[in-house]
Amino acid sequence: MLTNPSFGLLFWQLAIFVILLLILRAFAWKPILAALSEREESIEGALRQADQAKLEMQALKADNDKLLAEARMERDRILKEAGAMSNQLIETAKQKATDEGARLIMQAREAIQNEKQAALAEVKNTAAQLSIDIAERILRRELTDATAQKQLVTDYLQEVKLN
Amino acid sequence: MKRFLPFLFWILTLPVFAQEHPTEVSTTADTQVEATEEGKFNAGEMILHHVGDSHEWHFTSIGENHVTLPLPIIAYRPDKGLSVFSSSRFGHEFKESYDGLKLEHEHLVTEDGSTVYDLSITKNVASMLISVLLLILVFTSVAAGYKKNHGRAPKGLQSFFEPIILFVRDEIAKKAIGPKYKKFLPYLLTIFFFIWFNNLLGLLPGAANLTGNLAVTFLFAFITLLITTFSSNKYYWSHIFWTPGVPLWLRPIMIPVELIGVISKPFSLMVRLFANITAGHIIILSFISLIFIFNTVAVSPLSLAFGLFINCLELLVALLQAYIFTLLTAMYIGGAVEEHDDHDYGIGGDDADAPAHAHAH
Repeated sequence: MLTNPSFGLLFWQLAIFVILLLILRAFAWKPILAALSEREESIEGALRQADQAKLEMQALKADNDKLLAEARMERDRILKEAGAMSNQLIETAKQKATDEGARLIMQAREAIQNEKQAALAEVKNTAAQLSIDIAERILRRELTDATAQKQLVTDYLQEVKLN
Repeated sequence: MKRFLPFLFWILTLPVFAQEHPTEVSTTADTQVEATEEGKFNAGEMILHHVGDSHEWHFTSIGENHVTLPLPIIAYRPDKGLSVFSSSRFGHEFKESYDGLKLEHEHLVTEDGSTVYDLSITKNVASMLISVLLLILVFTSVAAGYKKNHGRAPKGLQSFFEPIILFVRDEIAKKAIGPKYKKFLPYLLTIFFFIWFNNLLGLLPGAANLTGNLAVTFLFAFITLLITTFSSNKYYWSHIFWTPGVPLWLRPIMIPVELIGVISKPFSLMVRLFANITAGHIIILSFISLIFIFNTVAVSPLSLAFGLFINCLELLVALLQAYIFTLLTAMYIGGAVEEHDDHDYGIGGDDADAPAHAHAH
């Protein structure tokens, strides 16, 4: 009995199984497998996008680093230039100041020289005046004493000292 | 699953209420055993009756009062045409004849000896209808889950079956068949869940032994053979009729061997499932029969313990046999559709993605 498959069961099983296969294929396996593969694809896509975003981030970061480095170099360059310029300015200013000082000193010297000349001229004048005065006084007093005259002239001459 | 099991129990117990006659409740003196006509317990007959097919659904016997559900008899006779009637027309224990037909040991014959085709809805057919309804209900609701939870995590029944479906797809179909697996996936999924569900349903008390019936396993094996044959490519046939890798004079001898291999593969599928499931049923019934063979209650703790153990084992076997059947089917299909760049002697694959080779010979 066990090893004797019955015709009726075979018939019904074939019919029922084929119907089951068709129904499940249409209403169960197709939507389920489609949903599963769709989900897998979306997960895969999301992972790929994340990877791409990571790469983009890295590229962006590299760009930023480059820009930063460039900016730093630019800053250094500007600072250096500014330093050089300020040094130059200071140098120029110093030079100018020195020149000005030298010029002032020169002027002062010239002025002093002029003053000196003027003073000497005045001294000469004064000496001439003095000589005239002395001569006048001598002339006023020479009538009285010849020795005294002599003495007087000597004194005057001693008093007046020329440069 | 939780929602469907009570529903199933309800269906299975429905005819019990319809059949029971309160006035005929047996007395306590009656022993509640399976009894033959002589009133003597025959374990072999009882077991064979339980694992075999029947024209009625027998649930239990309380004394002489049998709780059964009569099933429709559909008979086709070339001379008289189709006749449909309830198996209860054959009377108590199918002793009477009706419309020129009678049942001899569950075998439908005519009284005058002419041919008759028995297309009756037997216990196994009825059980198959229930399982098919269950399968359709479960998997359409799983499919509805994917529509409802579109783009979200699976829920409930859907999350229970998703890993199993993925397992069948990734571990069985993709690995055994290779890149052409998609075409065969609906068949593989259907036989996997059909066998698994019916293995489990067969373990319920009073249920039919569908997957332990040779007709059922034969048909699955036959469908597998058909699919294998009709989807095979020239490499498959060249391997059979001009086996590469063997000496030339041996090749003609290899042809019958290879042809036997073609038949023996589905034959092994058929016998394996039938034997495994039937053996499990017989062992459980044998342990329970021990109580009645020794005719003492003292054996019952032992019988129950062993019966329970085997029952738990059968739960595992139910899944395992479904897996093995599906895997081997996929391997046979894979062997038939596999592409070879050159002749493959089974030494080294074509590439890393090549499917597992199923050279069972």
